[in-house]
Amino acid sequence: MELYRNKLSIPFFILSLALLMIGLTFGFIGSVQYLVPDFLKEWISFDKVRPLHVSSVVFWILVTAMGSVITFLQEHIGGSIKYPPLLKAQFWVFAITFLLIIISYFLGIFGGREYWEFHPYFAFPIAFGWLLFIINVFSSIKNFRNQPVYVWMWLTGLVFFLFTYIESNLWQILWFRKEIIHDMTIQWKSYGSLVGSWNMLIYGSSIYLMDKISGNQKYSYSSIAFALYFLGLLNGMFNWGHHIYTLPTHHFVKHIAYIISMTELILIARIIYLWKDSLTTAKMHKHLRSYQFIIAADVWVFITLILAILMSIPALNVYMHGTHVVVAHTMGATIGINTMLLFAYIFDVIKDSTINEKIFKIGYRIIQISLPIFFLSLLSAGIYKGFWQMQEQHLIYGSMLKKLKPAFLLFSSSGFFLVLGFFMIIFIALKSLLFIYSSKNKI
Amino acid sequence: MFSDKYKLIVLIFLSISFLFYSFYLYKKPPHETENATALEMEGKMIWQKKKNCTSCHQLYGLGGHLGPDLTNITQRRTTPQIEAFLKNGINQMPNFNLSQHEMEALISFLTAVNKSGNGDPRTYKLYIDGTISQ
Ligand code: HEC
Ligand code: HEM
Repeated sequence: MELYRNKLSIPFFILSLALLMIGLTFGFIGSVQYLVPDFLKEWISFDKVRPLHVSSVVFWILVTAMGSVITFLQEHIGGSIKYPPLLKAQFWVFAITFLLIIISYFLGIFGGREYWEFHPYFAFPIAFGWLLFIINVFSSIKNFRNQPVYVWMWLTGLVFFLFTYIESNLWQILWFRKEIIHDMTIQWKSYGSLVGSWNMLIYGSSIYLMDKISGNQKYSYSSIAFALYFLGLLNGMFNWGHHIYTLPTHHFVKHIAYIISMTELILIARIIYLWKDSLTTAKMHKHLRSYQFIIAADVWVFITLILAILMSIPALNVYMHGTHVVVAHTMGATIGINTMLLFAYIFDVIKDSTINEKIFKIGYRIIQISLPIFFLSLLSAGIYKGFWQMQEQHLIYGSMLKKLKPAFLLFSSSGFFLVLGFFMIIFIALKSLLFIYSSKNKI
Repeated sequence: MFSDKYKLIVLIFLSISFLFYSFYLYKKPPHETENATALEMEGKMIWQKKKNCTSCHQLYGLGGHLGPDLTNITQRRTTPQIEAFLKNGINQMPNFNLSQHEMEALISFLTAVNKSGNGDPRTYKLYIDGTISQ
């Protein structure tokens, strides 16, 4: 049974790791273009490199999240997903669509917006594939009563994603795009919630995994778990306005976002309160590879949450908005939290004995050392630009950018090591996954 | 522990509030403006679709981070100057080989963006409670 279950989700992980490799490669190329404006400019300029990087890593996050939900859901219900052929169809819909999107970027065919710059036609297979996913997950759960918090998170994340994804495509109707401020308001509303929805899937899986590692399900049924889940949902639904404080849109959007965002302070307080307990647990399980990634993610939750809360104060946001502080925050969260957790799920599927210990250790260390440097280099570039953009009389843009060269040099070189570390881990993971997939033995 | 009933009530309450909020925002644009011209809409599509200007530039600080914010560019630069940038490219910005008509459309779009508000953070007022006004 275990083999059968794993086999269904393993193609998702193989696909997602391939997407991550593509994403990392273009991230690095982009960072070199920051330094050397003419680097590969004729062949593939930054307007193609950025979407190639950002869309590929977003797909990495989505596809691994799908894989984790499928794997853990089957473990939770103690059986196979209801419609395996539908799951296969879902896999191929996403695999082919993502491949075509990447090819279309190379050809310079765009059409969408930030993060989803692909041609709007691709929105249809993505929504369709997601619908298959929803049908399969909902029909696999036989009894909805008294389910743990992670099942609630998966189910809400799934539905919420479809809603916000459709919302992010509303601009295709003329009414939504004819007034620029209205259009940008809806655009960033949908993006904020979209991220909230995939985080529901990812955090749901991480609660499941923690339960599994600790062998204790008390937390996932507790009131505090549900209270935090609702707090997360509240933020996912209403805090997106902090992206657009500087947009001349409705004032109430900003006030609501400001107030709701501050509720995240509760999370900070909780992390500090539980600090010691977390350390003890960390010591207990640190021999597990999946747990090592969870520890890393915990640290980044703390760092990025503090930065997010600071950015959610409008008067501070004015300094950071439109600068690399935002990039530091986005990549800090998508690498430090999401990517670390996603690797935790992948290494939970891979059984430990098949792993090359040495490469894993070196790769993991390289990532943990280079990521903070990467983050700080972006943060410092952002802070510098933040002060620049608030100065009465400022240098022209080009000269300001030149002053940031040392920060970008650090960004690109730490980025190189980050890519190196990730490639080592990906290599190990892919090798094991391919082995598991092709082996006839039960695992 | 909350029972399923209470959890469901909270979930439904949040979802309905969210839907209400969403549809209110869809229906009510923040500004009542005259309808966009066809040229302006064409320019918007070139901005977002054909040439992906957003990958490097920002409007109201939203977008890529390599090039400058262009919210009020038509206030800062004349049409011939903007056309010169587009024809020659600069640093990472390639020459996009735009036709004269496409450039006119882009500039018409950027003129409309400029009219929609002010994207210069230096002009915002900051208050002690953390809020701002433009
Ligand atoms: C690959 C990145 C990139 C893309 C894509 C790009 N630009 Fe630029 N753009 C830049 C950079 C970098 C600068 C100038 C930096 C400097 O001042 O040194 C610039 C400058 C400009 C300027 C002059 C700004 C000023 O303050 O003087 C205009 C106007 C402009 N771009 C318009 C556009 C338009 C319109 C598009 C889409 C058709 C576009 N750009 C696409 C990178 C890009
Ligand atoms: C798992 C790894 C990574 C993830 C998930 C990730 C994610 C992201 C995201 C979400 C953005 C959009 C940021 C924003 O708009 O605020 C971004 C931008 C970017 N990333 Fe990454 N990234 C990763 C690794 C890297 C690496 C290793 C490099 C460089 C070596 C890199 C270079 C860049 C560059 C140059 C941009 C564009 C910044 C800009 O001009 O707006 N990324 N990345």
